[in-house]
Amino acid sequence: MKTFVCIKRVPDTSEAEVKVDATGKEVDSSRFSFDINDADNYAVEEAILIKEAKEGTVQVICLGPKDADVMIRMALAKGGDSAIRVEDPRIFAKDPLQVAKVLAATIKQEGDFDLVLTGCMSADNWNMAVGVALAEELGVPHAAMVNKVEVLDGKVKVNRELEGGLSEVLEVSLPAVLTIQTGINEPRYAPIRGIRAAQKKELKVLGLDDLGVAEDEVSEANSLIELMQMYVPELESKAEIIEGEPEEKAEIMAQKLVKGGLL
Amino acid sequence: MGDLFVLAEHRQGELREITFEMLSKAPEVAKELGGDVVTVLLGSGVDAFAEKLAAYSDKVLYVDDPLFADYNSDKYQKVLAELLKTHKPDVFMVGHTTQGVDMAPALAVELKLPMVTDVMDIHFSDGKLSPVRQYYSGKVNADFGFKGDPPYLLTIREASFEIVEGSKQGAIEKVESPLKEDLDYRRFIEYIEAEVGDVDITQSEILVAVGRGIREDKNMTLIEDLAKAIGADICGSRAATDAGWLPHDRQVGTSGRVVKPKLYIAIGISGAFQHLAGMKGAKTIVAINKDPDAPIFTEADYAIIDDLFKVVPKLTEKITELKG
Repeated sequence: MKTFVCIKRVPDTSEAEVKVDATGKEVDSSRFSFDINDADNYAVEEAILIKEAKEGTVQVICLGPKDADVMIRMALAKGGDSAIRVEDPRIFAKDPLQVAKVLAATIKQEGDFDLVLTGCMSADNWNMAVGVALAEELGVPHAAMVNKVEVLDGKVKVNRELEGGLSEVLEVSLPAVLTIQTGINEPRYAPIRGIRAAQKKELKVLGLDDLGVAEDEVSEANSLIELMQMYVPELESKAEIIEGEPEEKAEIMAQKLVKGGLL
Repeated sequence: MGDLFVLAEHRQGELREITFEMLSKAPEVAKELGGDVVTVLLGSGVDAFAEKLAAYSDKVLYVDDPLFADYNSDKYQKVLAELLKTHKPDVFMVGHTTQGVDMAPALAVELKLPMVTDVMDIHFSDGKLSPVRQYYSGKVNADFGFKGDPPYLLTIREASFEIVEGSKQGAIEKVESPLKEDLDYRRFIEYIEAEVGDVDITQSEILVAVGRGIREDKNMTLIEDLAKAIGADICGSRAATDAGWLPHDRQVGTSGRVVKPKLYIAIGISGAFQHLAGMKGAKTIVAINKDPDAPIFTEADYAIIDDLFKVVPKLTEKITELKG
């Protein structure tokens, strides 16, 4: 099995204060902490599990800045064989269809493949679109939001996670693109020996010119969509805010729950 | 002017709510576009669905063919591409659901459609369509515009629009499927129903819900102690079940269970929309989170903006005292 896994570096904004920057079209990310996108981390693990079961190779692809090298090396330390990082300021990364074009060009340049895995969603943009668009660009079948993969002869049997805990089982011919849902496996920690070995593995850095992709195809000016403005929405909350020190808050809340007949 | 096409979504013999949510917003959008609301339905033995959808549409276009007995994104894509090329609507709305996200991006690539995903609202500025979506854990909104030619493809977030009962009497038109034989490269096998574990959280009266903020498995004892003190069952966000702190059947949200308890205490949950959609029907909601911007507070009745590790043990202690 020759597998590609696409990963992305994203900020953790779940507990961070988010402010729009001076352009009005992006947020100030200077104080964010970054890591591999959650779903992509599961995709890396799934790719390595498949390699361990069926032999073959795992190549890591990342569209992102030099700071992403740390997490790329981590994926190599876990069992990835080599990596390509694509970086080019002309790519409009807010358009998932442009991103898919760049990833497709990168994979095509590397030749044939059996499987491409991506996370089903990036935690910053929430499009859930890149993997499925990538499949179309590559001209291969796909399945999105996959939470179980079984590699068979010339095809994969997968479970897609649907709403309400329901799953759909389907068979998809190889080569194929699967977008991986979180929770599909238990991502491993990189072993110390792997971390050392990863430093010696190949990590190519390519731009649009190396990929033979015209700026026209992937630039903001030529995107079919336009991000006009970003803004922090007014949070409409009807909540009663419990004030005080932690212990006082607990006391007030306990009173309300017990005496207010909520329990 | 052009029409607004809406894709009807159904599964296991039922039209899904997202269909009616989109169709409830559709008349307003179609009016701005100066066209009709046209619902597109693909299925097998779906005459009754077509009738029902006619109440929400100016026209229902439907394919009734055994090849569409179960959802298959590739089959949908083939038929929808033909319909869009023939009818050239201005806008095509598809659910941002497990069906929609498995199909829409590929359709956009095939037909070079301008696409905005996970749309939670739709505005018009100077007569131009402007969808709204979110970034960064739902903490910022972005207004989009379109530069390319229509049809514009929008995937619509669930529960974004209130359902308004339909009162139209749209025309119903059956169309021949351009797909003549089954596809061999993607085959539906079966559905697997959700597992039900020892506790059915959809039936619980009181729920203590835990999220990423609890950080590690060993901290779950804080949650268990509180749950025990108040006679609650424990559930959690996707982060909690993915991390293995709770079994999957305890997950609340669109991909898990929708719960409506009397009391829901959300601890260390930021409140992604998928989670909110699963718990906002709770009668009373208490949220404990140190991030004042956490979206969970938009649904809360009581907000404790503080460190859960300081508040939760004290809350358990005080409740135990008061209950004697």
